[in-house]
Amino acid sequence: MSHWIILPLLLPLAAGMLNLLLTRTGTNAQRMVSFVMACVLLAIAALLLSRVAAGHIDVYELGDWPAPFGIVLVLDRLSALMLALTALLALPILAHACLGDDRRGRDFHVFFPLQLLGINGAFLTGDLFNLFVFFEILLIVSYCLALHGHGPDRTRNALRYVVLNLIGSSLFLIALGVVYGICGTLNMADLGLKIASLSQDQVPLLQAASLLLLTVFGLKAAILPLFLWLPGLYAAVLPSVAALFAIMTKVGVYAILRVQSLIFTVHGPVDHGAALLLPLALITLGAASLCVLGSTGLRQLLAWLVVVSVGTLLAGIGLWSPDGISASLYYLPHTTLVTAGLFLLADHIANQRGAAEDQFKPGPPMSRPDLLGTLFLLGAMAAAGLPPLSGFVGKVLLLHAAGPAHAVSIWTVVLGGSLLGIVALGRCGSTLFWKTDGVPLSGATVSWVRVAPAAGLILAAVALAAMADPVTAYTKAAAEQLLARHEYIEAVLGGGNP
Amino acid sequence: MEILAACVIAVLVACGVYLVLRARTFTVVLGLSLLSYAVNLFLFFSGRLTTGAPPLAASPATTADPLPQALVLTAIVIGFGMTAFVVILALRARGELGNDHVDGREDKP
Repeated sequence: MSHWIILPLLLPLAAGMLNLLLTRTGTNAQRMVSFVMACVLLAIAALLLSRVAAGHIDVYELGDWPAPFGIVLVLDRLSALMLALTALLALPILAHACLGDDRRGRDFHVFFPLQLLGINGAFLTGDLFNLFVFFEILLIVSYCLALHGHGPDRTRNALRYVVLNLIGSSLFLIALGVVYGICGTLNMADLGLKIASLSQDQVPLLQAASLLLLTVFGLKAAILPLFLWLPGLYAAVLPSVAALFAIMTKVGVYAILRVQSLIFTVHGPVDHGAALLLPLALITLGAASLCVLGSTGLRQLLAWLVVVSVGTLLAGIGLWSPDGISASLYYLPHTTLVTAGLFLLADHIANQRGAAEDQFKPGPPMSRPDLLGTLFLLGAMAAAGLPPLSGFVGKVLLLHAAGPAHAVSIWTVVLGGSLLGIVALGRCGSTLFWKTDGVPLSGATVSWVRVAPAAGLILAAVALAAMADPVTAYTKAAAEQLLARHEYIEAVLGGGNP
Repeated sequence: MEILAACVIAVLVACGVYLVLRARTFTVVLGLSLLSYAVNLFLFFSGRLTTGAPPLAASPATTADPLPQALVLTAIVIGFGMTAFVVILALRARGELGNDHVDGREDKP
């Protein structure tokens, strides 16, 4: 049993606690701790990725209690991919936050590592109740981060977000109670086994529990009709926090994928949730694409693009074929990194425009339109799915995976959504960069160094497109591993690894 | 006994949902508390209602399941912390927005 798996949890926890002690020492020491943590986390994630790339599933039994009695952490290809993505996202966001966002409120450097702890924990755990606990950890830290920097707009949106998620937590617990009452276990691998030997009268109850879980994860992932909290919140919070939140909806997507592929499978007795996923995803995608067109500011537009990406991801997953899931897993890092980069870029753009901020109305011209404009163009092309960047590759993979059975619905909605996205982003870019009046503001400075974190995230789209072959080979293998669920179950219940 | 337990949970959930749908933060917080009581009871009862049974699986007769008690303890602690947070947030919203409406603005008369 290797102890590497638990490091993505222990390291952020230690860094968060250390930063709490350093509160009085000043922000510089805290920044140093956070940076070291983020760099080491990236190295560990890369190591874990290489460990499982060959198809081996790592199981870590906490306290050496054998599953299903103890809690297990499970690292398969999907978990390793998500961990690596989180670590890759954290570093540039931290760099951007250190430009000034972290000083706008208290304890940013305490919450930031703890947020990573919650996210990493949700990706690693192999126990349904433990998943609830990590969800609560990441949620309560996200409440604090959402309120970071104050402001009435932030408070108003955070209040809604908190109340909605508290109701979501109640539903989560009810679903867990039903699942435990019927199956007598909450270990995901054990549940996967027990679901096959249900009696007929237990199936409807478990159908209800699976749909409750889908509702809860759908609230986190922001699928229709549970997405109305997202645009207001993401547009109101600080840009670096919004960029970090780009991965939060993906935690919901991950939870749906994990639970529906392992326990409530589309071919098993409890199949309602898995079968509902594709229509829900397409409706979400369609509605959010219309909302993208109706946005009044850049950050609001980006928030709607997050919902669009969730719809696209779930459409691929909802096909329940290796190709569909593989396409989604390729699209997932692309959309997370690019959206986060655009949120950071929106911060620079808003700073340059003074009172006009990121709203779509004429404002003062920017001092470096060449730099910001090029990055915006690249980011918008990637987000809309124009060739040759990674959004295009991801969408082609998805359309290819749709097959004749779903071709009409998926092609129509995905391509229609992309068209609306292109129109909205084109209008947005031309308004922000070309419809200017007045003189440039003197105070706002922007340079290569300050833009570097945003540029790094956006250029990930170029890197992902260039490395499309190895990345899709990995996501294909991850998708096949997910669908061959007996491998996961045997790894967990077979007594762990020597 | 099961009927009574189910009715208690049902009444708590009904009151909780009604209060959560009100427009003022205070009633919403009350509703959330009632909901979490209902959920905790439900989780507790998911190990079945037994009285006077030992909590160990080795004994041959009926046993009380100890796991839901551990689960509900975790849920209570988390629910308590979350309720405390939402109370403070509601107070701050009252201070910053000038009213206790969940949308942060009063209805137009």
